[in-house]
Amino acid sequence: MAFDLHVSKRLGDAEIALRLEAGEGLTVLFGPSGAGKTSVLHMVAGLLRPDRGHIRVGGVELFGDGIDVPPERRRAGYVFQESRLFPHLSVAANLRYGAGRAAAIDDVVQLLDIAHLLDRWPRTLSGGEAKRVAIGRALLSDPAFLLLDEPTASLDRGRAAEVEGAIVDIRDRLRLPILMVTHDRLQAERLATTMVEIDPIRT
Amino acid sequence: MPPVVTGWFLLLAFAPGGPLGFLSDSVLFRWTGAAIAAGVMALPLMVRAIRLSIEAVDRRLEGAARTLGAGPWRVFWTITLPLSLPGLLAGTVLGFARSLGEFGATITFVSNVPGQTQTLPLAIYAALQRPDGDAIALRLSALSVAVALAALVASELLARRMRAAMVHGV
Repeated sequence: MAFDLHVSKRLGDAEIALRLEAGEGLTVLFGPSGAGKTSVLHMVAGLLRPDRGHIRVGGVELFGDGIDVPPERRRAGYVFQESRLFPHLSVAANLRYGAGRAAAIDDVVQLLDIAHLLDRWPRTLSGGEAKRVAIGRALLSDPAFLLLDEPTASLDRGRAAEVEGAIVDIRDRLRLPILMVTHDRLQAERLATTMVEIDPIRT
Repeated sequence: MPPVVTGWFLLLAFAPGGPLGFLSDSVLFRWTGAAIAAGVMALPLMVRAIRLSIEAVDRRLEGAARTLGAGPWRVFWTITLPLSLPGLLAGTVLGFARSLGEFGATITFVSNVPGQTQTLPLAIYAALQRPDGDAIALRLSALSVAVALAALVASELLARRMRAAMVHGV
């Protein structure tokens, strides 16, 4: 089982509750805006603590039964919706931030076609470029799995297709389990191995 | 709190028999005491400016760094601190400015001893008390304006270099 989540969390007036079991490949978490999809990714990454439940990824217990692995040891390759590149570091330094000494930076740079961006600064990148750098940074941190939050939102169609291509490559060539959030049903159907719908928040 | 009150409390603390009385010989009426007075007056302003700048750092970037394998200390040194540097600098300049203008706490705590505790403002005040002191007061005033300007220019240059470093890499 790649992803085995059973979490609930009260956020203000809303209650997020999700049960999800998914195997290999790319699992899409699909649902309307504001359904708590991003919160679920935050819980898997360790940035948000569920009230109850368990989180297991690839058979490793990350949360539950008194276990709460800190985010830096979860090996989650998290690509945030807003990219979250470090503004005071160059693209190359952003890529190396989570990378070990032996990391195959060249391979990732080639896979994502970002070699020409290495000396640039995050604020000079377009949305699509920043997204590919963010994916590269996550891949280079030696992740056990990937979390993608609306990876093509705010991109025009051409750029979105590029990023989707990179995601397909990661799914089929690197064979990393991926949990992806989107509100785009067509995209979900194009990319998903498993599709899970999340209900609108109950209040 | 009026600076005079701060100075009086410092005097009570460092006077023989006070809680820090064992230090009285090395502090009272000496330059060390003047430095303590300036530091005590400047510290709250500095701490406040620095705290605000650290709080202004985007928590989401720190979260991103955690997911990339960085523990809390590495996040602080590589993300939080570099991103709050301009605020740290501003706080330092603010503290320096407060110390440069310090008068009340110093004169109450360690008096006005030429060569030991006579700071620029105290020296100007002392000069103005003398009938022939105008020329000295004028010279000292020019000196304090020069010091203040130099600090302002230095901090501005440093801030610019740091901004440039953030944009173009260190």
